[in-house]
Amino acid sequence: MTISKLVLIELWKRKSQLITGLLAITLGIAVIVAIQSVAIVSEQNVARNLDNLGANILVLPQAASIDDYYTCDIDAPTLPMDYVERILNSTIAGVDNMSPKLTRRVEVDNQSVVLTGILPKSEIASKPLWQSSGLLGAQLTTACTPGKSAIKSHGLEDEKLKRKAIDTLYIDDCLAGSQVAKKLKLSASGRIKIMGKEFKVVKILPETGTVDDDRIFANLKDVQALLKLENQVSAIEIMGCCNAISEGLLGQLRNILPDTRITTIGQIVSTQIETNQLMKKISLVMLIIIFFVGGISIGNYIWANVNERKREIGVLRMMGAGRSTIYKMFLLKALILGIAGGILGFLIGTLAGVVLGPYLAGIIVKPVYLYLLWSVLFSVAISLTGSLIPASLAANFDPYSNLQED
Amino acid sequence: MILKGENIIKQYHHDGGLISALDHVSFTVGKGDFVTVTGPSGSGKSTLLLSLFGLIRLTSGTVIFDGKRIDDISDRHLADIRKNSVGYILQSFALIPYLTTIQNVMIPLALRKIPAKEQSKRASEILDYVGLTDRMHHLPRELSAGQQQRVAIARSIVHRPQIIMADEPTGNLDPTLSLEILDFLQKINRENKITIMMVTHSPVAAEYGTMKLHLKEGKIIKT
Repeated sequence: MTISKLVLIELWKRKSQLITGLLAITLGIAVIVAIQSVAIVSEQNVARNLDNLGANILVLPQAASIDDYYTCDIDAPTLPMDYVERILNSTIAGVDNMSPKLTRRVEVDNQSVVLTGILPKSEIASKPLWQSSGLLGAQLTTACTPGKSAIKSHGLEDEKLKRKAIDTLYIDDCLAGSQVAKKLKLSASGRIKIMGKEFKVVKILPETGTVDDDRIFANLKDVQALLKLENQVSAIEIMGCCNAISEGLLGQLRNILPDTRITTIGQIVSTQIETNQLMKKISLVMLIIIFFVGGISIGNYIWANVNERKREIGVLRMMGAGRSTIYKMFLLKALILGIAGGILGFLIGTLAGVVLGPYLAGIIVKPVYLYLLWSVLFSVAISLTGSLIPASLAANFDPYSNLQED
Repeated sequence: MILKGENIIKQYHHDGGLISALDHVSFTVGKGDFVTVTGPSGSGKSTLLLSLFGLIRLTSGTVIFDGKRIDDISDRHLADIRKNSVGYILQSFALIPYLTTIQNVMIPLALRKIPAKEQSKRASEILDYVGLTDRMHHLPRELSAGQQQRVAIARSIVHRPQIIMADEPTGNLDPTLSLEILDFLQKINRENKITIMMVTHSPVAAEYGTMKLHLKEGKIIKT
């Protein structure tokens, strides 16, 4: 027999009271775990969607129109290419990749086509259909792609997450969009003359269903020379970290590039990130509520237990148990309740997330085992905090008066 | 001498006035004595018994136990003395309801952090001594009143105390069971040389004493 064993026996013999005591804290932890489990998958979905779209921030000259995110670089005024350096040299976090480009409508064989100058190595070929074009080089380093374990645990082992850059696009070479290739009857390894300069068509790009199908892509240096716009670009596409965008990346970019217009894929970023932020806020509110409700509930349970066991406390004191022994006895009970509440809350919350996630949020939720640690720590903190006062009062009971209680 | 009280005073505040539960009580108990404390209700018998080792704090007076003054020491040290040297038996048995017989008996040993095997061995021996070997794993509610008091006695002696403080140990028992328990306490006193100080209402129980204290209105009127 030890004091710990005494506590465990008492807990076991009063199971119904134990369940009542655990209820509030368990359900509270369960709600937070469920919300967080759904939120983390939702965040990863946003990141994946943005990855699939490629660049998600566009830096344009101040005078450019941004009626359409995908075509606003065409015939836009220009900005100095030095701006790329300015971003690179800044301490802004969350900029994964930049691709400066210069775009103009030009006449080819009496037909209007869009000529876009791009820099190989930095141009993002993240549009899913480009993946099969054979143009891909090394994988770009990303700042906010979920960690390997997170990706694995959520089944996001998607090739499209691996953002790659176009490896080579030599001077005098060009790539043709599927529509413009049809319109100008171009074929791979064929030749095309643009503004008096001859280019070799190295690849016909697969159809994407976007404005890129009507573009011809050539090396940025070639296009700048051809258009006599050395060191000028019409847009800088940035692949920004999803979380960094929500945390103010656009504002930071505006600070270092004050004479530009900076826009993003508003719909996705604003709605999905707002939803995620809302879930985070709900979790925080729940956390605060549970801290108080759970703490009061456990404190109330321990206080009721103390009152019920006044005589037992008196007997233990009579037999030589010190105040500290009584204090530790009730805190140990609170600790056990906290651990049990945390584990149960994690299990119930995870189960709720896994079962309800597909129905309520349309996403597949898998257990996040790190939450088990947080659940237990949080639950123990609530439980111990709530029990400090009742345990202290129990330790300071007058043993004699409690021995008289019958 | 194992226990000595000198000019013990215990006063309570009640309805704006002072009530003297113990009024200049002095006595000396020798090692191995069986002391009975008698007196009418409210005479201060239980107060005296519970105040000697700090369960009730005295207003003034001196208590010397085993050659050391203990009325002015800290709660923690008094708890240590109770833990190591004193056994208590109460009228209401004071067993912990959710623990079995043997677990109840092991508590004083657990408080002294005696190893589990040793606890089990000593508790079994004591339960054999009080004749409850076949009730070791029963809960208190499954035992008769006499058996419950024997468990309480076993618990009070398992840690080999120097003195047992018994507050009306036969108060809840019928006359036959009372005699059984009193005989048992006498056996413990004689065989183990454990000093016993017993508060009782019963004249029969009082006759077991080798030293008798009679209290009236907080004062010892006869020894």
